[in-house]
Amino acid sequence: MSLSRREFVKLCSAGVAGLGISQIFHPGILHAMSEGAKKAPVIWIQGQGCTGCSVSLLNAVHPRIKEILLDVISLEFHPTVMASEGEIAVEHMYEIAEKFHGSFFLLVEGAIPTAKEGRYCIVGETKDSLGHHREITMMELVRDLAPKSLATVGIGTCSAYGGIPAAAGNVTGAKSVRDFFAEENIDKLLVNVPGCPPHPDWMVGTLVAAWSHVLNPKEHPLPELDENGRPLLFFGDNIHENCPYIHLYDNSEFAETFTRPGCKAELGCKGPSTMADCYKRRWNNGINWCVENAVCIGCVEPDFPDGKSPFYVAE
Amino acid sequence: MSQAANAAAGEAVGQKIKIAIDPVTRVEGHLKIEVEVKDGKVVDAKCYGGMFRGFEQILKGRDPRDSSQIVQRICGVCPTAHCTASVMAQDDAFGVKVTSNGRITRNLIFGANYLQSHILHFYHLAALDYVKGPDVSPFVPRYDNADLLTDRIKDPAKAGATNAFGLNQYLKALEMRRICHEMVAMFGGRMPHVQGMVVGGATQIPTAEKLAQYAVRFKEVQKFVTEEYLPLVYTLGAVYTDLFETGVGWKNVIAFGVFPQDDEYTTFLLKPGVYIDGKDEEFDPKLVKEYVGHSFFDQSTVGGLHYSQGETNPNPDKSGAYSFIKSPRYKDKPCEVGPLARMWVENPELSPVGQKMLKNLYGIEATKFRDLGDKAFSIMGRHVARAEETWLTAVGIEKWLKQVQPGAETYVKAEIPEEAEGTGFTEAPRGALLHYLKIKGKKIDNYQVVSATLWNANPMDDMGQRGPIEQALIGVPVPDIKNPVNVGRLIRSYDP
Repeated sequence: MSLSRREFVKLCSAGVAGLGISQIFHPGILHAMSEGAKKAPVIWIQGQGCTGCSVSLLNAVHPRIKEILLDVISLEFHPTVMASEGEIAVEHMYEIAEKFHGSFFLLVEGAIPTAKEGRYCIVGETKDSLGHHREITMMELVRDLAPKSLATVGIGTCSAYGGIPAAAGNVTGAKSVRDFFAEENIDKLLVNVPGCPPHPDWMVGTLVAAWSHVLNPKEHPLPELDENGRPLLFFGDNIHENCPYIHLYDNSEFAETFTRPGCKAELGCKGPSTMADCYKRRWNNGINWCVENAVCIGCVEPDFPDGKSPFYVAE
Repeated sequence: MSQAANAAAGEAVGQKIKIAIDPVTRVEGHLKIEVEVKDGKVVDAKCYGGMFRGFEQILKGRDPRDSSQIVQRICGVCPTAHCTASVMAQDDAFGVKVTSNGRITRNLIFGANYLQSHILHFYHLAALDYVKGPDVSPFVPRYDNADLLTDRIKDPAKAGATNAFGLNQYLKALEMRRICHEMVAMFGGRMPHVQGMVVGGATQIPTAEKLAQYAVRFKEVQKFVTEEYLPLVYTLGAVYTDLFETGVGWKNVIAFGVFPQDDEYTTFLLKPGVYIDGKDEEFDPKLVKEYVGHSFFDQSTVGGLHYSQGETNPNPDKSGAYSFIKSPRYKDKPCEVGPLARMWVENPELSPVGQKMLKNLYGIEATKFRDLGDKAFSIMGRHVARAEETWLTAVGIEKWLKQVQPGAETYVKAEIPEEAEGTGFTEAPRGALLHYLKIKGKKIDNYQVVSATLWNANPMDDMGQRGPIEQALIGVPVPDIKNPVNVGRLIRSYDP
């Protein structure tokens, strides 16, 4: 492992144009990982979500998703990606949870519906002790797997804070992993990587940082988290205060419509109440980001969407 | 009953064996399939949609403009489709006419995601039913007897080489779909979940520079589609010719039309239309109804409801119900949606690659899509339709790149009406999609989504008709009860 925590933090927070977080892990951590063939075992489960977090992960650059899949993590279960299906897949998942008891990452995408005994989200089926088939709810799966994990990661805003499935009007009792843990007295290290969806760098960066810590805790203390369980590395900056258009705001030059020049504050931009590094990281290999295109809707925040709605009205 | 127990218990001729696959993986969302197999073929099928979030209830009472953001979270693979349907419903309700450049910019955003979605579907969702991955997770475990290319091709050297080619393509396609998302983000802001499409048009006026960046990526993807994706699908089909004879279904299709080519929305890259009981008809929105007879929803009246009267009252305790998916019907008939439906309705000329390969590999003289005949209504037919449609979408993008005006206005400001209703008809990559919006007191009073998954993966309706995927499963060969590979293949051919 060739990167110290100081270098790691420095590199992560450096606003180098066009440089993705994961690029930084090349060749240091990434190399060490593939050399030692110690890939992080990952079980990725999906509750009430849209698969957008998984799709966003596929957009990783430096390292590319194929390197992540082949060299960084051992993706033992992922409903959208894995080759297997049905009973074979479910049995494999439970086997891995036992084989890597205390040493696998549980990644949760989507919220956990708790109304009606969790029957608003059936994730698969298993056999009971008598050999009868029985449906598994998302609730049951998290209750079962999380305590066995090394750490659980709330991937995306639904999982981290409830997000859209938990928005006002929902009848499913949708809950975040955090609230579910509290309710069920599950005491397990939980890291949140919110975003609707999260940037691929936030997901890969957090996993790599956590796994580096496992492999070498002295060199790599766990990244610091904020009060909402988010790594400060990625969620430590306010979007508005760091916005490249802040001078327009300071000069009260406000855009009248989306396609006119000016700061988007009066069009509803939620940058002032949003903590994330999109302003420098940008999206999709640096192509664009929400504020350059339209407005920030605050998708990484615990109060998304209700606290950010209406999206197109100034705060 | 477990698959293994089934096999031990019931290999006898004439006996019915039940198999459940739960979860059905490599699809977006939560799906379970239960089939009954008799003498090596499926004789009954049930399609279970196992998840409910309640978007229609969550949207109620909100600012109508929020809908185009919230509905994107229905599906992270095709958010641009839900966004398109929502902004079209809002355009309709607000009474705003989008500029030519706004329409074309929307097409460029949405079109790029068509390319992405189809490539992702074929290579990353469907291909592992045919191509053997490396012996590491997530490519293992897999079925013991998976009927892969390596099993089908007898010459081991050729089998190995063909499989290695397929696997290499799997990895290359990961790059291609990522590049497609860069194209979406160019004017969409980011992807998944774009900011760039709103009521009144598109938020970012394309500049010459951004268009050039879009075009250079597009050329790379177009080359991949023409030179690699299309040939691979036809090559695969020539190995699995039996899968051109499997999975016919109801043979009724419906398409709402997508990619408007004029500002009045009268012409489309892929036109709206219906094909029912062997006859072509114009699409009439009044004839769409949703049934909930076997769905976990209560309803104030008996029978099907038009989406403008749509209700969403979930009840997981409802007896006789087995799915959170409603059953949309057109003229009370189950209809398939998706690339096959659109290509059948439009009946465009096939790609030069396709025409050549059909002739050389299959001995089929085909110039237009319908020249495929009954072969189109099959597992492989659906993959061919999707690949040909990807090529056709690229032809569309080429045209829009010539039509788009750098610097010209893409957005028209519009006020929220006090009371109004609007409908947006479009086509998600996976099939016909409509959003219905009713505004009262400047807030959403009712919002109804009839998505592609509802059309294809629905349960039996009140009249006792199976949903399209359920029906298409009937007759699917399951020669080895422990390895029901063709069931998954059929389901995935729909991209449900």
